Amino acid sequence: MAMATPSGSGQPGATGAMVDEQVDGDGVRRRDFISIAAVSTAGVGGAMVLIPLISQMAPSKDVLAQATTELDISSLLPGQAIKAVFRKQPLFVRNLTPQEIAEAAAVPISSLRDPQSLAERTKEGHANILVTMGVCTHLGCVPLGVAEGENKGEYNGYFCPCHGSHYDTAGRIRKGPAPTNLLVPDYEFTSDTTLVIG
Amino acid sequence: MSFPWARAYQPKAPLMRYLDEKLPLPRFVYNAVGAGYPVPRNLNYMWNFGVLAGFCLMLQIVTGVVLAMHYAPNALVAFDSVEHIMRDVNWGWMMRYVHANGASFFFLVIYIHIFRGLFYSSYKAPREMIWLIGVVIFLLLMATAFMGYVLPWGQMSYWGAQVITGLFSAIPMVGEPLQIWILGGFAPDNAALNRFFSLHFLLPFVIAGAVILHIWALHIPGSSNPTGVEVKAESDTVPFHPYYTAKDGFGLGIFLLLLMTFVFFLPNALGHPDNYIEANRLATPAEIVPEWYFWPFYAILRAFTFDFILPAKLWGVLAMFASILLWFFLPWLDRSPVRSGHYRPLFRKFFWFGLIPAMAILFWAGGAPAEEPYVMLSQIATAYYFLHFLVFLPLISWIEQPEPLPYSITEAVLGEDKKAVLGENTAPAT
Ligand code: HEM
Ligand code: FES
Repeated sequence: MAMATPSGSGQPGATGAMVDEQVDGDGVRRRDFISIAAVSTAGVGGAMVLIPLISQMAPSKDVLAQATTELDISSLLPGQAIKAVFRKQPLFVRNLTPQEIAEAAAVPISSLRDPQSLAERTKEGHANILVTMGVCTHLGCVPLGVAEGENKGEYNGYFCPCHGSHYDTAGRIRKGPAPTNLLVPDYEFTSDTTLVIG
Repeated sequence: MSFPWARAYQPKAPLMRYLDEKLPLPRFVYNAVGAGYPVPRNLNYMWNFGVLAGFCLMLQIVTGVVLAMHYAPNALVAFDSVEHIMRDVNWGWMMRYVHANGASFFFLVIYIHIFRGLFYSSYKAPREMIWLIGVVIFLLLMATAFMGYVLPWGQMSYWGAQVITGLFSAIPMVGEPLQIWILGGFAPDNAALNRFFSLHFLLPFVIAGAVILHIWALHIPGSSNPTGVEVKAESDTVPFHPYYTAKDGFGLGIFLLLLMTFVFFLPNALGHPDNYIEANRLATPAEIVPEWYFWPFYAILRAFTFDFILPAKLWGVLAMFASILLWFFLPWLDRSPVRSGHYRPLFRKFFWFGLIPAMAILFWAGGAPAEEPYVMLSQIATAYYFLHFLVFLPLISWIEQPEPLPYSITEAVLGEDKKAVLGENTAPAT
């Protein structure tokens, strides 16, 4: 039958199309299905390629492997602070004096921008050891106040010189543009004087 | 497309005729920037800066490819490899100084180019698409320059990367994971440096592609001009070559004199001395300032110091991005049918006594420490900036009575245009 058409010089394409139209009758050809299926498969496949392309930019295994740091704080006396490195970022550890603890406790929690008590920011039994990231929560500068003689800001804790954020003795934001308190990382005491961070 | 009277390309030499048949590249050049492209006869030097920007891009690519031959994108050695370029590589110091100062001059040229667009309302129909692509180019340029500045891995490089990627952390929910993803770590390090190098190499070529689209879109209506009156007849135009190749060439000479004065006599005047100190992740410099060309945006970022529904930090970031994204809407915010500021008395007042002083204050305050009076000044200027585009500009185009326009470019230049008297369709009486 197909051979009877003038154009039907044995081309399979022409014949196939005619047969499809006869089969469905409503204008939908088998070829439409094949087109849609092929394009969607290619589309989904193409979208899948984005997964490795995006994920390769996330921190690699070796960067994640540096994710814990061990610290010995046996020589840290009250009133002193040290700077360490955790995940390639500065970490502050401070041994608070009773007076500094009292200062932090005297502030009504509800008056704070990021309400938290000193107890919530330290471990039980170690209320004098304040461990925070040394990364200003505004845009990430390193605040001053660890080394002796550095500007500790108006609240006797840390002061960020970049845009003027003042933190108190519990590392809580009190004045300036930073939105939240200095971050307390996950850590634990493995002995009375050993910290494992991360 | 071009005007009907555009000169046709007619190669005479057999080689050129052969080439025209096989690969009509010379024909393309002839019609794009040669005698086959008619341009308004009255362009002033403000119209020089597009060509200068194109030149800057080529200069950055050439010097950049040379630097990349000697630079090592690894946090351990990046800083030293830049010193190696400066001291050991033949002419390395010159390549680097041209590249670093070239970036500054690129921005200077782009800012004048944008200023031209704002004053003469070049963004208006039929040239909206040219303007939109231009804003995209500007955003790409900012990203490229930011990542380039990280590469020498000095103190400003490092802390600039920290602060600028920190902007993303202001976004609610996804902000912090996004920042970690961008950096490939918890702070700038090797991963960040490497990808910034890769992208810093790539983006200029993306910019080059966008520039081609920019010029393609330009060649459909052709250039605007200082009167803002569209080209009507052949007497309004001259061929690009030799008229504007000569004019732009002269401008380029002046530009090179200026650039080379900096390269040879003031090579570090536009940079920050702290960037000659190697990156130190444990100590922030006393004061972080970006390169001068980012100052207005940095001032807007820091102008938000109070929480109002959203935290101040997020407001600052939103406003900074909005201050540029706003430009995308300019063709529809300014509804006046008159283009040139020369014929818009009210627009002109707000432009010279409002927008320009506000921009000047933002430039100045962005480079100053985050203290009073700079913070208050940037707050006022930021407020004016947004009011100008979102409120004043639409209002001005509503109430303004423009001054009379010349009939044609020819009349504006020669004082008379015979067609203006006879009517456009009247045949000359000869
Ligand atoms: C859109 C054009 C470009 C701009 C605005 C730009 C901007 C910059 C800036 C501001 C620096 C820092 C300069 C310094 O303080 O030392 C830089 C460095 C660098 N750029 Fe570019 N650049 C561009 C194109 C390119 C291209 C196309 C390449 C390579 C193919 C490149 C390769 C480099 C290299 C290797 C460095 C590090 C060496 C150095 O610090 O001098 N740049 N770029
Ligand atoms: S980064 Fe600390 S105040 Fe901005």
